[in-house]
Amino acid sequence: MNRVIIVGAGQAGGEVAQRLRQGGFAGDITLVGEEAAPPYQRPPLSKKYLAGEMDMERLLLRPASVYADEHVAFLSPTRAVWIDRANKRVRLEGGRELPYDGLVLATGARPRPLPVVGADLEGVHLFRTAADVDAIRPRFEPGAKLVVIGAGYIGLEVAAVARQRGLDVTVIETAERPLARVTSPEVAGFFLDEHTRQGVRFVLGGQPAVIKGRTHVTGVGLTDGAEIDADLVIAGIGVTPETTLAQHCGLKVENGVLTDDHCRTEDVAIFAIGDCAARPMTHYGGRVQRLESVHNAIEGAKIAAAAIQGREHTVEAPWFWSDQYDLKLQIAGLFQNYDRIAIRGDMAARAFAVFYYQGPRLIAVDAVNRPAEYLGAKVLIQKGETIAPEIIVDAARSMKELVAAAG
Amino acid sequence: MPKITYIEHSGKEHVIDAPVGQTVMEAAVKHAVPGIDADCGGACACATCHVYVDEAWLAKTGEASSMEQSMLDFANEIQDNSRLSCQIKVSEALDGLVVRLPKSQH
Repeated sequence: MNRVIIVGAGQAGGEVAQRLRQGGFAGDITLVGEEAAPPYQRPPLSKKYLAGEMDMERLLLRPASVYADEHVAFLSPTRAVWIDRANKRVRLEGGRELPYDGLVLATGARPRPLPVVGADLEGVHLFRTAADVDAIRPRFEPGAKLVVIGAGYIGLEVAAVARQRGLDVTVIETAERPLARVTSPEVAGFFLDEHTRQGVRFVLGGQPAVIKGRTHVTGVGLTDGAEIDADLVIAGIGVTPETTLAQHCGLKVENGVLTDDHCRTEDVAIFAIGDCAARPMTHYGGRVQRLESVHNAIEGAKIAAAAIQGREHTVEAPWFWSDQYDLKLQIAGLFQNYDRIAIRGDMAARAFAVFYYQGPRLIAVDAVNRPAEYLGAKVLIQKGETIAPEIIVDAARSMKELVAAAG
Repeated sequence: MPKITYIEHSGKEHVIDAPVGQTVMEAAVKHAVPGIDADCGGACACATCHVYVDEAWLAKTGEASSMEQSMLDFANEIQDNSRLSCQIKVSEALDGLVVRLPKSQH
């Protein structure tokens, strides 16, 4: 392949370009981005960038000048609007067409809009891009009444930063507990208690019915008739994979663009990676899954770059993290389908790890302020090894010792 | 601006101007020094920015926190002078710092 086009200049897209060049790829690389900025890190948006502790330049994965230095044509802000698979061409808005030998779809995901009247009022924001945060920041001031809709990781990270800044914070969540989609009731309960202690109010099982206000938001009405005052509303209610291009050119799409182990779609010249794609999970019996994480963006980029260059690549098991207050949550593996947990450490002491098992097999860990448990489990999952639940809780033995004994 | 020398496992040297206040990891990643992956972007979540601090600089770079030390315990080919470069802040006092990179971060 001599000409590679990457559609989408988020972390996944940027990493493919970098990996290809690092791997010695000498052909043409074109990176097409919808946002004006070159690839930047999204995780700090709901952490240090929102807190005002990190600027845009520092957010950039690599300085803007690197793309020219490495002969990567970075086209932005623009969009790819059509893929002509028969003639291997991508059409950009405005009509320009670019030929490719290899095409990487790294189109990401879009935040779900709030499906209620008033969602378009001033002061109501979705949370995905640096521009979203820039729009929020002027009203993100001490004393402001913030309503966060959705208690996933983004919602809770925003709530934590807001409390630290002195905002008045209410979190509305339709499920009966926070983090319902992403962790166990035990870990969710811990974070609920932490946020409550920090002064966050929760409305669990609450369903927003309307956002109130004339031009600017003044409150959120719930389906049960309750109303919560608000100067600022931030919705983090999940994302939908951006698969329009893939669908229009006939590629298979379910929850994400479907690919094989090499992130290749059914079209041998087209790859799909990151939030927009679903691939077989190597460490979980090959079940096809779409992940939303930095690791998945990087891993997809490594896999696709290796496939394009005909290199071998060992897939790394998934990992993830979240920072809230002084808590560092580190996650390795995928917890879905667990049937048993084992807890090492002490929740009350705010340092513990919850290990997830499926039958005898360790499949995931959620570690709070326990990096050794996180990395130990990550090593085990990568190797397909396990430590029995009754042994892993033995506080008398270090995690390092336990992991060494498992081999 | 302080200068930091990164020496790849192959012996290849990269001398980088590192802005004060950034981390030793950030300066490397922004200049595409091969051998520092820093997948998590400096959140102390991935242990893929492992470096060996030149013996002469150990006093000035300080000691690893307990969180960092726990992460290092599971890094490859750890030595007494191992650090996560995302946890070393660049200051004028580190002008001339030399760090060596391990064979692999994974």
